[in-house]
Amino acid sequence: MMETPVLCIENITLTLGGRKILDQVCLDIQRGELKVLIGPSGAGKSSLLQCINHLVRPDSGIIRLEGEKLDAANTRALCSFRTHVGMIFQDFNLFDHLSAEENVAIALRKVRGFPRRAALDRALEELGRVGLARYAALYPAQLSGGQKQRVAIARALAMDPKVILLDEPTSALDPELVGEVLAVIRELAKAGMTMLMATHQMDFARALANEILFMEHGVIVERGTPEELLRPDAVTRTRDFCAKLVV
Amino acid sequence: MTLFGNEFLLNELLPTLNKGLWISLMLIVPSAVLGFLAGVFLGVIRVFGTRRTRWAGDAYTAIFRGVPLAIQLMLIYFGLPNLGISLDPYPAAVCSFTLCSAAYHSEYIRGSLLAIRQGQMKAALALGFNTPQAALWIIVPQAARLALPGCGNEIIYLIKYSSLAYLVTCMELTGQGKLLAALYFRFTEVFLGVGLYYLTLVTLTGWLLRRLEQKLRIPGFGLEV
Repeated sequence: MMETPVLCIENITLTLGGRKILDQVCLDIQRGELKVLIGPSGAGKSSLLQCINHLVRPDSGIIRLEGEKLDAANTRALCSFRTHVGMIFQDFNLFDHLSAEENVAIALRKVRGFPRRAALDRALEELGRVGLARYAALYPAQLSGGQKQRVAIARALAMDPKVILLDEPTSALDPELVGEVLAVIRELAKAGMTMLMATHQMDFARALANEILFMEHGVIVERGTPEELLRPDAVTRTRDFCAKLVV
Repeated sequence: MTLFGNEFLLNELLPTLNKGLWISLMLIVPSAVLGFLAGVFLGVIRVFGTRRTRWAGDAYTAIFRGVPLAIQLMLIYFGLPNLGISLDPYPAAVCSFTLCSAAYHSEYIRGSLLAIRQGQMKAALALGFNTPQAALWIIVPQAARLALPGCGNEIIYLIKYSSLAYLVTCMELTGQGKLLAALYFRFTEVFLGVGLYYLTLVTLTGWLLRRLEQKLRIPGFGLEV
């Protein structure tokens, strides 16, 4: 018998301004899996990730975390669900008025109820994990893009999430900064973190993804392992799309 | 008769104005603090509230910005007793200044709340904050900093409109000055003196507000100092 998926999404549909953004999207992720969402911009990758933790409210669909159905109408249940589902944004969204350390600590203090000292200790530990312990006292505006994204990852990790959603975490970065962020994500994948990541980094997806999901017009049109979708003789939309990315 | 004859200055003018200054400070400090806090609350419900609280906040602001403060003050002191609420001059004045100040502060706060990118709220919600927590710990601390120069302006304005309190017999700086001037018929000295007191108060407040702005400055915003 299969283990219960960490995250299970059934028939998510989202309509905005009369346009179907997501159409009956289904997927599930087992513990320790890394699944990668790819597809052209406007395909609905971001919308799907934001629907999963209800930052955008889907019209319909069911979301289960470790088998337990999310009741989004119940604010307390929704907040609790969100503490278990980490989210990494394309444009970092660090809290501008807080130092790196406080950025990581604030949710521990205000959501988890940690005392200040314990929260800051935990924050330093998480910053160390992404190689930024030395930068703990700096403010977001004083960090590079890559460092900001690593702080954002530390902030998500501090909540001990069961799954992390990553929305194009390297798209806003200068090319030379992409590597440091991908290295952190690679370490997480190796350590067994469950992740769903939208990205255009095909080499990364090829090397690490358990499954690639190709989205277009709000629908997952192809899914399969990187070998299935990307082997040289495969005739797939995914391979077609990737060929255009490389040039 | 010389302007500011020593005897009048030391024995009459300064003691009287100092007495008035004390009352003025007792009016200004609580009104400024309460007005700012109420303004933040009002600004937040006008941006993040439900449709109904937004409407109520907008209506409040329209009324308290739209009616002259002197009229509000007299309504509270002379009008409310008809409804069974009698306030002494001092609480009536503080109450009136706070209510009016909150309406103006809320507009500065509203403007600065709108300047905070939505991503800040999204990131907070994604970490498990509920909306009021996210507003309190993430959005308002940033917005209050942006609003500070505007809110400081309102506090400086409050220092000067506190002089209206003498209308309801709360004898602060202006009221004391008026009495003294009429008694000795020395309008020039007295009102020059009163004016200097206000100028000093405003200058000091301006300096304190700048200090506060520097203290709350976030590295990476504005010019490096």
